[in-house]
Amino acid sequence: MLNRQGRPTQAGEGAQEAHATFTGNRALQQIEPLIFEIGRYETTGVDIDKPGPFKSRLGKLARKDGIGLPGLSEPEAMRHYVRLSQKNYGIDTGLFPLGSCTMKHNARLNEKMARLPGFSDVHPLQPVSTVPGALELMQELARYLMVLTGMPAVSLSPKAGAHGELCGMMAIKAAIAAKGEGETRRTVLVPESAHGTNPATAALIGFVVKPVPAREDGTVAVEDVKALLGPDVAAIMLTNPNTCGIFEPQIVEIAAAMHEAGAYFYCDGANYNAIVGKAKPGDLGVDAMHINLHKTFSTPHGGGGPGSGPVVLSERLAPFAPVPFIHLEDGAPRLVENVADAPEGNAPFGRITAFHGQMGMYVRALTYMLSHGADGMKQASEDAVLNANYIRAGLQDLMSLPFPDHPSMHEALFDDEWLKGTGVTTLDFAKAMIDEGYHPMTVYFPLVVHGAMLVEPTESESKASLDLFIATLRDLAMATKGNDKSRFTGAPHHAPLRRLDETRAARQPVLKWVKPEPIAEAAE
Amino acid sequence: MRYLPLTDTDREDMLARIGVADIDALFSDVPADKLLKTPVDLPRGRGEAEVERILAKMAGRNRSASSMPFFVGAGAYKHHVPATVDHLIQRSEFLTSYTPYQPEIAQGTLQYLFEFQTQVAALTGMEVANASMYDGSTGTGEAVLMAHRVTRRRKAVLSGGLHPHYAAVVQTLSEMASDEVVTLPADIRASEDILAAIDDETSCVVVQSPDVFGNLRDLRPIAEKAHAHGALLIAVFTEVMSLGAVTSPGEMGADIVVGEGQSIGNALNFGGPYVGLFAAKAKYVRQMPGRLCGETVDADGRRGFVLTLSTREQHIRRDKATSNICTNSGLCCLAFTIHMTLLGQAGLALVAETNHANAVKLAEGLAGVKGVELLNETFFNEFTLKLSRPAAAVVEAMAEKGVLAGVPVSRLLPGQGLDDLLIVANTEVNTDEDRAAFVAALAEVL
Repeated sequence: MLNRQGRPTQAGEGAQEAHATFTGNRALQQIEPLIFEIGRYETTGVDIDKPGPFKSRLGKLARKDGIGLPGLSEPEAMRHYVRLSQKNYGIDTGLFPLGSCTMKHNARLNEKMARLPGFSDVHPLQPVSTVPGALELMQELARYLMVLTGMPAVSLSPKAGAHGELCGMMAIKAAIAAKGEGETRRTVLVPESAHGTNPATAALIGFVVKPVPAREDGTVAVEDVKALLGPDVAAIMLTNPNTCGIFEPQIVEIAAAMHEAGAYFYCDGANYNAIVGKAKPGDLGVDAMHINLHKTFSTPHGGGGPGSGPVVLSERLAPFAPVPFIHLEDGAPRLVENVADAPEGNAPFGRITAFHGQMGMYVRALTYMLSHGADGMKQASEDAVLNANYIRAGLQDLMSLPFPDHPSMHEALFDDEWLKGTGVTTLDFAKAMIDEGYHPMTVYFPLVVHGAMLVEPTESESKASLDLFIATLRDLAMATKGNDKSRFTGAPHHAPLRRLDETRAARQPVLKWVKPEPIAEAAE
Repeated sequence: MRYLPLTDTDREDMLARIGVADIDALFSDVPADKLLKTPVDLPRGRGEAEVERILAKMAGRNRSASSMPFFVGAGAYKHHVPATVDHLIQRSEFLTSYTPYQPEIAQGTLQYLFEFQTQVAALTGMEVANASMYDGSTGTGEAVLMAHRVTRRRKAVLSGGLHPHYAAVVQTLSEMASDEVVTLPADIRASEDILAAIDDETSCVVVQSPDVFGNLRDLRPIAEKAHAHGALLIAVFTEVMSLGAVTSPGEMGADIVVGEGQSIGNALNFGGPYVGLFAAKAKYVRQMPGRLCGETVDADGRRGFVLTLSTREQHIRRDKATSNICTNSGLCCLAFTIHMTLLGQAGLALVAETNHANAVKLAEGLAGVKGVELLNETFFNEFTLKLSRPAAAVVEAMAEKGVLAGVPVSRLLPGQGLDDLLIVANTEVNTDEDRAAFVAALAEVL
């Protein structure tokens, strides 16, 4: 069978079984050992001369034995990691519709700019007088973020989204303490549909988490929030657009209710990509919101980081922003690095990381912003929303929508109602997508929807790419009703590995390579 | 816009297929008065060449480490990173992949994380290591929280040799979580009596070696006293290269080891992104924060790797999780792993020895300079000088002479009467000419 690209999707009759290779390799798919299995203890891929004689100052603490790590020569190392890379799926490989993760194109201009020696080869503690361009870049990024969000302040420090949540919630805690309410306001409201990081963050700094129920239509109702409000409530942590892909219609009312009750509104900005240039969180009543530069502003996800999670802050929270920050004195930027040096009117709650945050990510994000401009960023959000709704329109007759009454924002949420009785689960369906050359969507999140499938195509996909994706998912969806379930239950069949045993990994954790004992010794 | 594939015709066709009149119909849940009608007040988009010009101009205003003799350290270090590293981390399949939630198409990431964990465990002398933290400082904060979970106590004792930024991160986190922190005064000569600060309420003792002033510290007596009181020893390092030359913290009895991995594989980047290394005794693995990669088999019995023990994590445990961390430092771990693989133990030992030899040579070169006193008995590649003038002014004056001399202690610990102290780092990239320039400029300025 050929797919629409003219590519066979199945092996020829009996070919795989008949001709297992001697090596276990399959052409470009090579079995690659661990470096510890191919390296040698005396090998190094770095040439450096041994220093001449000198008098050691290590005292009694000089290392006596080898570390136990083999090395590889440069060609071996190159081949090892290139082969590993070939076992990975990336945005550059194909459509990566991972909901809530915003896997958009990572422009290589961003990489090039981040590697300019003036940014990459600069030390965080060299004299401030030698890095005016670095401060300028941070200020410019901050200005862009403040204009886009309509917020008066931003802390650039956070190292990732969850770290941004922590920063924002710490600012809220500090503001509450400053009002003398630290002992009483201990409750944080978190909708059941929230990212796991929200309750984890609140609990980390001593807040008690109280869930807010979701309505039938996937949104949070202001009446439900009001019913939970009281003198004990510190804040609500609300994702907008929410994790069901819906813009919370009552967000302005919810924000007003929080403020009236003397509490704060923390907005999880993971889904900000839907509304950049379309709506300003500052206009909606947000007090703090983190922005994942690695989602909305295209800094690469890199297999799980590094991220960057600046937090925009309202007037009420701005004074509590952590050090370091840049303060303008007579128009000249001053880097405030210590709480004691904070200018009048500021009460920084402390420090959340060494140095000044993720400079390398700032450069990439600002490059994205300069490239897009105000018009391009608005267009990107509109295209992201358009693409998600286009996929939804193309699949909604075959796959069930839990919340059909609201338009989707930049991600379309399906549930597994349509799979009932087929014997195929959401996970099976996702794994079958792998065989078709696609990275699966986010599955089983948000938790409020059974067997959730959250599809976020981003603005980076062409119409042709979306049409092919829709057609493939339609083929698969129809196949779930057929007799051959092994296409799903046994999937993936064509990936570098078949389904992995996660239970075994957790029951008998093997978390590092251990040198096998020589057989003779082991027998003794 | 070069990054947006849709044409206006596409957009019209797609809106028609969806069945709405215009794009704003899809934004109907946004309150009408909050929906922006025009682009925000920022410039329009630009072509590549123009963006490059703007950023190159900004970058050009900074003086880079390679442009002059460079001796700045105190938590971030200038080392040579092989060209292979930067090439490999820009492979599309590494750069543009996500956290490996679908292991069948993420074995590349998972296998290097497994290699990374093995390398970090070996370097630190510990039984298990995780798949990285944001950086050394946030990792130290997480280590203290982990110790509190293990010991069910809530008091941390911080050595006066701990990097002040790291101490500040722990203090901020602890204050917010209503935990107790005892921070010993700045300990320039590694002479503090930390043993006296350990009691039956102590959850953990946090000690850095080499410390922020460059001194090497014997952790064995501290581990012994901590364990006698049911407390944990958290060993911290900011210069991972030192582990190629000094006894590992694991060998000295540490329970948790946490540190900054930037020196291997990663550029200075004005402070980030870096990579936090985090290792512990195996019996504490279920209290560890962050991602863990483990070995398993696939349906055909072939070896493979997956993220594991995730019942510790926020996406499963929510408010009961060991940490709120989600994203970590994937690509920076990869850079670390590739550089470490190229080095091997043989190369690491040689680079570490060269760092130490260079620092010793600089220390010896300073012996004859008037107004300079070396305060360290021991050091690896960094030491502290007492100068006859305030160090901040000396650094500025030396910068004007084309030498970036180090970090004035007053920048990290202002208002503590330590203005005459300068922290000086010397790595394998520094040449004899660099050191001669340093000595000459310092002599002139003092």
